[in-house]
Amino acid sequence: MNRRLLLKALATLAMASGVAGFTTAHASDPIRIGVSAPKTGPLAGGAAVTFWPNVQLWVSEVNKRGGLRMADGSQRPIEMIEYDDRTDPAEAIRNIQRLATTDRADFILAPYGTGLALAAAPIFDRYGYPMINVSAITDQTQTLAQRYERIFFTLGRTTDLAVAVANVLTDMRNAGQIGNKVALVNVADAFGIELAQAARPIFQQNGFDIVFDRSYPPATQDLSPVMRGVKSSNPDAFVAFSYPPDTFALTELAQIENLDVKAFYTAVATPFPSYAGRFGDKINGVLGVGGVNPDSPEFLAYQKAHKEVSGADPDYWASAVTYASFQVLEQAIEGAGGVDRGAVADYIKQNSFETVMGTWTFENQEIQNFWTVGQWQNGKFYGVASTGDLPGAVAPIVRQGW
Amino acid sequence: MEIIVTGIFLGGIYALIAMGLSLQYGVARIMNLASGEMLVAGAFAGFWVYTAQSVSPYVALLIVVPAAFALNWLIYRYLMLPLVRRAKSRGHLEVDSILATFGLSFAMVGIMLAVFGGSFFNYSYLSQPVTLFGSIYGLNRVVAFSVAVLICGLLWYGINYTRHGMAIRAVSVDPDAAGLVAINVTRVSTFAFALGGAVAATGGTLLSTFLTLDASIGIIFTMKALVIVIMGGVGDIRGAIVAALALGLAETFVATVIDPGLTLAAAYLLFILILLFRPQGLFGRRTS
Repeated sequence: MNRRLLLKALATLAMASGVAGFTTAHASDPIRIGVSAPKTGPLAGGAAVTFWPNVQLWVSEVNKRGGLRMADGSQRPIEMIEYDDRTDPAEAIRNIQRLATTDRADFILAPYGTGLALAAAPIFDRYGYPMINVSAITDQTQTLAQRYERIFFTLGRTTDLAVAVANVLTDMRNAGQIGNKVALVNVADAFGIELAQAARPIFQQNGFDIVFDRSYPPATQDLSPVMRGVKSSNPDAFVAFSYPPDTFALTELAQIENLDVKAFYTAVATPFPSYAGRFGDKINGVLGVGGVNPDSPEFLAYQKAHKEVSGADPDYWASAVTYASFQVLEQAIEGAGGVDRGAVADYIKQNSFETVMGTWTFENQEIQNFWTVGQWQNGKFYGVASTGDLPGAVAPIVRQGW
Repeated sequence: MEIIVTGIFLGGIYALIAMGLSLQYGVARIMNLASGEMLVAGAFAGFWVYTAQSVSPYVALLIVVPAAFALNWLIYRYLMLPLVRRAKSRGHLEVDSILATFGLSFAMVGIMLAVFGGSFFNYSYLSQPVTLFGSIYGLNRVVAFSVAVLICGLLWYGINYTRHGMAIRAVSVDPDAAGLVAINVTRVSTFAFALGGAVAATGGTLLSTFLTLDASIGIIFTMKALVIVIMGGVGDIRGAIVAALALGLAETFVATVIDPGLTLAAAYLLFILILLFRPQGLFGRRTS
């Protein structure tokens, strides 16, 4: 065991020394921004779609126009210091500490992933860094906002995301589009368990009959027994609070088993371009978590720039929100006119921001209007439900066979 | 019936994953913690061939098998052999090889990350239903299982009924004694290690037809292979196959009849029971 620890330490040292060469370079007094997020480990796949390309895009956009404008009129480019946290909260904390103390970063971007973000929040607070979270979905946002005065949330709360699914299905049922029987599955992980717990009572209150209700462990290699159970319960609607590998597996198995439901919902990764890339038009009418307004000029321009810089399309949910969170930091630094972290945090609380997601204003350190449910319609993933009536929502359609 | 067939399909895939490690650990005495990464590399090849060249991922095997064989030959020859030479005992070699391959796994994750990026890769191949014994199964799983059976069968035949196979078994039983009867132990070990790597990479190509993978997922397969190899008895191909099937059946049974949430618990319960009652593994020999 000691050898393993030693190895871990060595690997970390090797990584740190790789970055050190980068940080000693002295350009025209750049603003140093640190970031620690998964490049390896279970969350790396999601981060590679939603997080890292936006970091790349943001640095490229800001530096292309000369950098961030300071109060004295000078412009300072961004110098990015990147660390891999290997999807390990302990590693994330060490990275943030190193960024704060050794690298002396002016600002640090919030990590990707709820567990990692929550683990890092106390360290951000201790060193006084503003922390604008995106992929940190929890119901504890207000508790955390009271505890840490420079923490912000943008992507939504667990209960709202789960309740919205139940509400969308209730509306469809009341309109006579779907029947009363719902099959519910979830990944046995904090995210899946919380969402299922929040959704279950709403389904029951609305008179739904939950005919199948099971969880499965993360990284299950064969989900066919689950899908077969769903199929034999003969539901009218299927809801899975799932993670990327299982989202893909469940969708494929539903086609193989020919699960003929009028409403089919899977969670994380449903808005990924690779989801459409893999299943083509078969997913028309598939519901998923999140959504955007994919026809808004802001999103179209963002999509184009994202593709040009990173070579890949953004997803239809957290990608644009991630980029918007960087825009908030950018505008707040320029608004405050410098790198005083307290002034930047205050600026975020007191002002509105023009972002790819539209105009953002933080209330109680939180964006209150966010997309909750989306749906694939004709090759694009549209938001169908949001808290606070975001513009561009479309009515959900009933799914027709695979 | 449905449970049995699904369980056997899963077990067949597990057998293929474990077979590579069984050869590498049982014969070449290298506890290869980078086995899962070799598998992911094979999966990447299948993915690349299918998406970029739009030919069947099974065609990729024509390149994957010789390439993985050559790569693992080189790994053994230049990275492992020095460890084998300086090791004073088997235990010593195990510790050294665990450390070396642990490092190798990091290096491979890094290389794959640099070459392919960190995002998920998957594609739909033969994703259509087939009906067997009155139930529906995915064609991609059925085909992958058939290929796995074919490979396991070939290995089993090769090891038990050919002259080369006898040499491999001899080295697996006792490398020193094998040397005394004019078997070139280094050569046989290198061959077994390279073959094991090729089998792991083949498993990856098969898995990529129905699983969603990414560059750093290899460790999950290394763990599974490790459990199966230890359950089956170190160095015994037959044991690995039986253990893999038992694991596949147990997981499917629990997922269908009790709760899908308990599959991991079932797998490890089986593992613990075997360790308690047959610590040398199902077909293992007691170490003297």
